[in-house]
Amino acid sequence: MTNLSLYTVRAVIILDGDGNRLLAKYYARGPAEQVYKTVKEQRKFESTLFAKTKKTNSQVVLYDGQTVLFTSSTDVYIYLVGDPEENELLLLSALQGFYDAVCQLVKYDLSKRKVLDNLDMVVLALDEAIDDGIVLETDGNVIASRVSKRGVDSIDVSLTNLNEQTLIDAYKQAKERFNLALLR
Amino acid sequence: MSFKKDEDTDELGALMNLDHSTVLQEARVFNETPIRPRHSRLLLAKIIFLLYRGDSMSTTEATNLFFSITKLFQCKDMSLRQMVYLTIKELSTISEDVIMVTSSLMKDMQPNSEITYRANAIRALCKIVDPSMLPGIERFLKSAIVEKSPNIASAALVSSLHLFKDAKDVIRRWSNEVNEALNGKSLSQGPSFFGGGSSAQNQVVSSSKIVQYHALGLMYAIRQHDRMAVLKLVQSFSGQNKSSSWMGGSSPMLRSDMAHVLLVRYAVRVMENDSSLLPQLYMLLEEWMGHRSDMVSIEAARAMCQLKDVTAKQLTPAVNVLQQALSATQKPTLRFAAIRTLNALARTHPEAVQPCNVDMEGLITDSNRSIATFAITTLLKTGNEASVDRLMKQMQGFMAEISDEFKIIVAEAVRSLCRKFPGKHSVFLAFLSGVLRDEGGFDFKRAAIEAIMDLAKNVPECKEAALAHLCEFIEDCEFTKLSVCVLYFLGEEGPLTARPTVYIRHIYNRVVLENAVVRAAAVSALAKFGVSPVADPSLQRSVRVLLKRCLDDRDDEVRDRAAWALRMADGDQSLRDKYIRDDSTFALAVLERKLVEYCADSAAAAKGSFSFESIPRISRAQEEESRVRARMENMDAVLTGTTLSAPSASGRAVGGSESAEPGTPGLGSGAAASGFMDSFEQQAQYASKLNAIPELAAFGDQPLVSSAKPVELTESETEYVVRCVKHVYESHIVFQFDITNTIPEQVLEQVEVVMEPEEDIEGVLQPVLVVPITELKCDQPGTAYVAFEHTDPETFPAVAFGCTLKFIVKECDPATGEPEEGDEGFEDEYSLEATDISAGDFMQATYIPDSHSLWESLGTEGEAIETFALASFDSIEGCVTKVCELLGMCPLESALKPKSKAAHQAVFTGRWLGRTRAVARTRMTYQKGAGVTMELAVRSEDRNISQLVVSAVA
Repeated sequence: MTNLSLYTVRAVIILDGDGNRLLAKYYARGPAEQVYKTVKEQRKFESTLFAKTKKTNSQVVLYDGQTVLFTSSTDVYIYLVGDPEENELLLLSALQGFYDAVCQLVKYDLSKRKVLDNLDMVVLALDEAIDDGIVLETDGNVIASRVSKRGVDSIDVSLTNLNEQTLIDAYKQAKERFNLALLR
Repeated sequence: MSFKKDEDTDELGALMNLDHSTVLQEARVFNETPIRPRHSRLLLAKIIFLLYRGDSMSTTEATNLFFSITKLFQCKDMSLRQMVYLTIKELSTISEDVIMVTSSLMKDMQPNSEITYRANAIRALCKIVDPSMLPGIERFLKSAIVEKSPNIASAALVSSLHLFKDAKDVIRRWSNEVNEALNGKSLSQGPSFFGGGSSAQNQVVSSSKIVQYHALGLMYAIRQHDRMAVLKLVQSFSGQNKSSSWMGGSSPMLRSDMAHVLLVRYAVRVMENDSSLLPQLYMLLEEWMGHRSDMVSIEAARAMCQLKDVTAKQLTPAVNVLQQALSATQKPTLRFAAIRTLNALARTHPEAVQPCNVDMEGLITDSNRSIATFAITTLLKTGNEASVDRLMKQMQGFMAEISDEFKIIVAEAVRSLCRKFPGKHSVFLAFLSGVLRDEGGFDFKRAAIEAIMDLAKNVPECKEAALAHLCEFIEDCEFTKLSVCVLYFLGEEGPLTARPTVYIRHIYNRVVLENAVVRAAAVSALAKFGVSPVADPSLQRSVRVLLKRCLDDRDDEVRDRAAWALRMADGDQSLRDKYIRDDSTFALAVLERKLVEYCADSAAAAKGSFSFESIPRISRAQEEESRVRARMENMDAVLTGTTLSAPSASGRAVGGSESAEPGTPGLGSGAAASGFMDSFEQQAQYASKLNAIPELAAFGDQPLVSSAKPVELTESETEYVVRCVKHVYESHIVFQFDITNTIPEQVLEQVEVVMEPEEDIEGVLQPVLVVPITELKCDQPGTAYVAFEHTDPETFPAVAFGCTLKFIVKECDPATGEPEEGDEGFEDEYSLEATDISAGDFMQATYIPDSHSLWESLGTEGEAIETFALASFDSIEGCVTKVCELLGMCPLESALKPKSKAAHQAVFTGRWLGRTRAVARTRMTYQKGAGVTMELAVRSEDRNISQLVVSAVA
């Protein structure tokens, strides 16, 4: 059965160097396609998948009836699980896009530590790369650019006296005072 | 990121031990004012981490969390807002009342908001929105689709796709907008495009042009049922070279490779079944194979290989493309895609793949084991006798380097090769014995010795050499099970060889040196040598001496076997034949189920010991056959990757058989298609399902006979699909109807089948029971039953029944499958094809060993003979298959495979009502013009039954 829809990705999994899950997102559209229903089944799948792939650098494997693309760096393994009949190169470009984006976001130092430190950006990158099983973007630069960087909790540092007010309120208030001062 | 080194970093580093409840406690931060965007964002990331890690969250927890998160909308910080969107999406499936944030999201998706806001708000909104609310946001989505920013356009298109299945009607109206997005007018990067809000890298231009991919996908979803429209779509993009209107800027161009992949699929979909379009399709595919992107060229080549009536000439360019891909050393995925396609192609067109043989041989040692596996299994199909030597040499070279799991695949592959090229047996045997000497685990060794045994059985010339290798193997075998296996095999095959004494020495060595289990097996093997009909007296004497020594063994099982064997050796020939040379065996599936039932039922033991009478028997040949078939299926499964890891594969298999309802075998599992082993297993499934219904369970433990194959009472493509299975009990007949409703808009209630006999059956069959299906939703098969009492045990009726499906129809919402409230429904009927009951339905297809002597012993007393002139058949094969079907009996050996076209003899065995043994012999001749002339003779223990069996054909 050729897949005529855009739904191509069944799961994205990030494991650490011991095969433990860092992140896993399974995209399930209806019970028929939900291969691993419980977390237990998912973990079993992940650990056997890890055992099968950890020593190789072979990029693609057919495992348990699914096409799995994977890539790794020091102690992080990223897997993308796709429909068995899906074009492997298409899946690869999706994985590559996500991988590139994550690399860029962690300043090209992809390790377990960095992934956890930058967790907010990694999950956002995943969200920008794949939307519920549909590949949203494959260009790593674009994905990375769409992930917003962390803001600063500046308000409570510099404007503590104005708590309960936003910056704009503060600005307005300041402006009014300034005007008053001018008028005086 | 200069601000990264702060207390949050450490906190995130400790995420692995993050505690669920602590995070939820911390979520109070969201209610604080002013909102701290950075702190909140990290906390949200933790919540998502919890979810992605696999923690489950209760609905209350999620809902509470959700409502505190909505407070964060007060803060306009971009970095926080993006995380809020994601969290809302993740929580939307767990939490209640997610609809509350609709207005906040709608505000963010207004055209004047920032791009990142808009794209994310659209995706989040579509996740929580109810299809009924769609008209309210339709305007925004439509304008978002044609938006210049690819970010927003993609978000809108993808979200529309998610919504499509629930809101087809609304989204169909957007085809103009989708078309505009598709044709790329908006693809030029406008100045209005800004990337992430606070980020410095504002204008990152997407190189993937992926909007087109999304637009094409949605376009197809909208048009998929309109063949002409899809065809036009395909043609508009495929004529790009000839397009003259390029200047207008409206020329459709596919700039996205992924979109092009879709186009290939759509093209195949609409053009493959139309012979007038086929030449165009071939041309297009060939053109696309030259596409600069591997993704597209592989897709086109693969599509070409999968076309139904493709010729060798048309395949050549595709194979060329794939062949080139095979040598792409830097791209394992490309090699993988190519070899996988070639592997599938080799099943249908092995000769077309042959040019790649040399390239594939190079891949046997590929570091990617999936690729190597595919290479080997493909070579098996395409290889010729000449290349075998080279192949084996190559495999020998790397056997030491690969893992056990992979070695098993190689052993299996060699085993298949043995069957294909028996002439090369010496090469294979040398290879197998070589690998047996190497290190290896149990499964691998087993695969290897099984391959050798296979070879010994199928290639008589190498039997002695193979047995010698096996003897050598057990001299130093660490696996008890394998020793036992080999000893058994030696016992079977050894006595028939020219010099049995050689093997006896090896076997007796085991008796001296091994553990009890192996010793017992060795004694049994010795016994077989002793009682073999070809054994000369001196050999028999020697064996007896050896067996006598075994009487002093430490282990009682060994002593028992030895004593039994001696007794056999002294007994007469017929006794020996009965025990030692029995060629039938129990249908193990049934035996197992019966034993389980027997053990589970405490009352059964009191009633008496377990009875073997009711267990159907099959011949060893059949058992072997079904084992071979299972193995072949396994091999095929390896290709799809399902058995590459044994534990999870078996787990999946169990799951599969559970999901396939016992009442609908063959639908879910292709395995139940043929074979007697399967049919017994299937009957066991039927029985457990029937016994679940109290009224039917009252008829008896299980049906005496169940029909092997379900009969279709409708065409497979109709609104309701019905298949019928018949079960014959001691004094009842039950019709089982497996019914599937294929209309998503309907729910059927009170579904039952009304059966009208076409002849008078008064006094023979009495309708007693109708079991309806209370509710039948779309695509959830249900089972209804109709039961008759067989009131006159002397007559076995042959009667047809007209069948009608009766039910109450209710309209329902296809999405939920719940009938609309207040819908009373209306009664409706649907007429089915007739079903009938005939003599064949009372016959259980059981293998009876030694049918020849049974035939003789039954004598002519219970014989019925009739001659038929069957002009309608134009071959013996067709005729014998039909006869077998009608008789419902078990065909022996070559009954179904006539050797000559002009004349054929076939023997069938079976048990009438599972009790009375019957043997049928047919002789048939075929003459062109006159059809088949057949003489059918049936002998059984009861003359009436013989007559009835004959009448089954008439």
